[in-house]
Amino acid sequence: MNKRIIKKGGVGQLLIPLVALAILLIFNLIRDPGFYSIGVAVNNSGNKVLTGNIISIIDSASELAIIAMGMTLVTAACGGQDISVGAVGTIAGSIFVKTLKAFPDINFGTLILAILACCLVTILFKSFNGALVAVFKIQPMIATLILFSCGRSIAYWIVGSATPQIDSPIINSMGMTIPGIPIPTPIFGVVLVGLILTLIFRLTTLRLYTESVGVNQGAARLNGINPVGIKMLSFVILGICVAVAGIIGTCRMGQVSHKTLLIDIEMDAILAVAIGGNNLGGGRFKISGSILGAYIIQMLTTTLLAMRVDPVNIKAYKAIVIIIIVMAGSPVVKQKLTALWHRIRSGGLKPASAKGVN
Amino acid sequence: MQGDAVLTMRGICKSFPGTKALNHVDFTLRKGEIHALMGENGAGKSTLIKVLTGVYEKEEGSIHIEGIEGEAHIHSPQDAQNAGISTVYQEITLCPNLTVAENMFIGRDEEMVVHWKDYEKKAAAILNNLGIPARPRQELSSCSLAVQQMVAIARAVDMNCKVLILDEPTSSLDEKEVEMLFGLMRDLKNRGVGIVFVTHFLEQVYAVSDRITVLRNGELVGEYPVQELPQVELVAKMMGKDLNDMAQLEQLGQKSVPGEETVYEAERLSSSDSKPFNFRIRKGEVNGFTGLLGSGRSESVRAIFGADRVTGGRVKVHGKEVKIAKPHDAMKNGIGYLPEDRKRDGIIADLSVRDNIILAMQVMKGFFHPMRRSDMEKFADEYVKALSIKTASKDTPVGSLSGGNQQKVILARWLLTHPDYLILDEPTRGIDVGTKLEIQKLVLKLAEENMSVTFISSEIEEMLRTCSRLIVMRDRNIVGELTGDELTQAHVMKTIAGGVRQ
Repeated sequence: MNKRIIKKGGVGQLLIPLVALAILLIFNLIRDPGFYSIGVAVNNSGNKVLTGNIISIIDSASELAIIAMGMTLVTAACGGQDISVGAVGTIAGSIFVKTLKAFPDINFGTLILAILACCLVTILFKSFNGALVAVFKIQPMIATLILFSCGRSIAYWIVGSATPQIDSPIINSMGMTIPGIPIPTPIFGVVLVGLILTLIFRLTTLRLYTESVGVNQGAARLNGINPVGIKMLSFVILGICVAVAGIIGTCRMGQVSHKTLLIDIEMDAILAVAIGGNNLGGGRFKISGSILGAYIIQMLTTTLLAMRVDPVNIKAYKAIVIIIIVMAGSPVVKQKLTALWHRIRSGGLKPASAKGVN
Repeated sequence: MQGDAVLTMRGICKSFPGTKALNHVDFTLRKGEIHALMGENGAGKSTLIKVLTGVYEKEEGSIHIEGIEGEAHIHSPQDAQNAGISTVYQEITLCPNLTVAENMFIGRDEEMVVHWKDYEKKAAAILNNLGIPARPRQELSSCSLAVQQMVAIARAVDMNCKVLILDEPTSSLDEKEVEMLFGLMRDLKNRGVGIVFVTHFLEQVYAVSDRITVLRNGELVGEYPVQELPQVELVAKMMGKDLNDMAQLEQLGQKSVPGEETVYEAERLSSSDSKPFNFRIRKGEVNGFTGLLGSGRSESVRAIFGADRVTGGRVKVHGKEVKIAKPHDAMKNGIGYLPEDRKRDGIIADLSVRDNIILAMQVMKGFFHPMRRSDMEKFADEYVKALSIKTASKDTPVGSLSGGNQQKVILARWLLTHPDYLILDEPTRGIDVGTKLEIQKLVLKLAEENMSVTFISSEIEEMLRTCSRLIVMRDRNIVGELTGDELTQAHVMKTIAGGVRQ
């Protein structure tokens, strides 16, 4: 996958995340040569499944990767971030469960219906956010703050103040593995959303319009682009991503818990966008960078868990590593590194230049 | 230092990368006079003021201020303040959420304890003394713009200022408010304050000033008592033309002969930023809007393109009535628009030269019809070559190109859409002479090919060279229309200075 990214878009923007990922991979290889071993096991439902750290990292990062893709678009078009994705994802989960519970049994028909209901609701919520941002010109973070604080209560209220369970082979197939296919289903979710976005970029001018609006919306308007429409559209797409992530999370747990579902995912998603080298102020963007960022974040968590770091302390360690990655990608450090590189190439490193390293 | 001079600037020089903004400029301000500082955009007015107020450091020259021994050293706005120089800028720089009194005294107290009661009393006295209709405890935002402006002046005056600089103070005021402000200015003048008045409105200069200093291209043109410099001559001096020379202007290139068919016609078209006006252009015609900066020429063409909110009027394209409410409508009707401010409204700086060139064409094709990559490359190649755009590659972000090449990229963007009617607002501003000529030649060539073009430029010769009809504007109204033999600098200036409103 990495090779394709390099060929397609040039390494510039992806250099830092790729290096960070490589360092994490090598670090784990040295620490525990067996870290990457992949095995086959039989799970509770009697399905053969692939096991191993790598599979678990890619699987657990699915919700984050999907939301990060949508977040990239909103960031690019609006120059700001949506902090209500976790809360709205939980609402999606509640709607999903509520719809399924309305029918006597769960089959493909009711499943499709539930998914559509989820998408409809998240699109409505995100259109509301989008309107605040695009029409009323409220900063995205403020516009989404309302749902960030009350979204989980709404989710709790929708399912009638409980944490309802759903148990069915179909739900298990969606949250874990489909019988006969050893790869966890959420990974296919990421692939599906990724493919759909790629298709949208192929068949429409969304990328050009989004980047134009993000860089200079006044000029974009004078070229006939409708900045309000583009910003709204970015929120609608994020809404669908949030619905998919919410459904995956709910199926994975077999229940919807307003306290734990997609918890803290908004900050991780913003981080994934940033680690991917995207400008949080809007403009040009690379979805592949954000996906890479999502896997880096998950890799970090898994690595720390494998090192038996107390889960309570993990956040602190994560913060340190992430600060390093983000600083390495900052314009100041990039400039200094480039200057240093040129100096090394043009005749050796002089002692005085050591100052420029940090 | 002259006897009654309160401020003397001699031989001031200041340069920026690539330009000499001020070249040995002298300026003298006397006690109790209102001195207008005039010049076209880029003449050096604001640079001179910024040197005086310590925003920029001068490179050469000396500044003397009454009451200060030897040379005055001004290195920061604080120094200027201490030397008795106060500035009131075009946009109000007070805090709208504080009261009038708070605004007048904030940031001035050396003491730790603030006595607001005393300040309010003091503020009341000053306001009363100057006849400013505001109460000290009133929130500033509840005052009209003119009163806010006057509060800013009161604050400046109370700081014992000897020199008061008013930078475009009237641009957002209506006529009555302007009168109020002039009353205050005359009052301060009688109290011995020297006032530097910067404005684009010629009539206001003659209404209130005693003396005029004219700058052009960073150089001093001269200093004149207001009664010795008629309005027409002032315009001529600002534009750098001797009235007698103007008849002999040579014409470069062959002007196009407009066809009969009317391509675009507007009747009482108005927008949020422009007053109603009538306008038409024929096939293959090159016309232009002229007038001083702020006369409303850009606002008028923006209304044609639907760039501002259109508020009224009827528009016909090729004789058929159409509605143009937003840029996309104009584009669908075959109108292209190169905006005045290239950086703000024209380029998408971070995007590549290629994306910038194909943008308008792509938008016209529609959201669901993305252009093929090979087509984009082909079109970009074609226009990079045709307009000889100097760029490292088509993938280079357009923001890293030089001004002239950025302008060519935007031109390419519109030429690619093959418009029937192309509006070029200041296409030659801020670019080198060679490119300027290229663009003028291109305009004439396009007209030859039956495109209608509206060409706006601050440099009047460029318009006389290319346009077969000139629409003259002043204070947001069309005050005249010149064709044929009337297309001379003398006529243009006379019309700008004394034209009768339409």
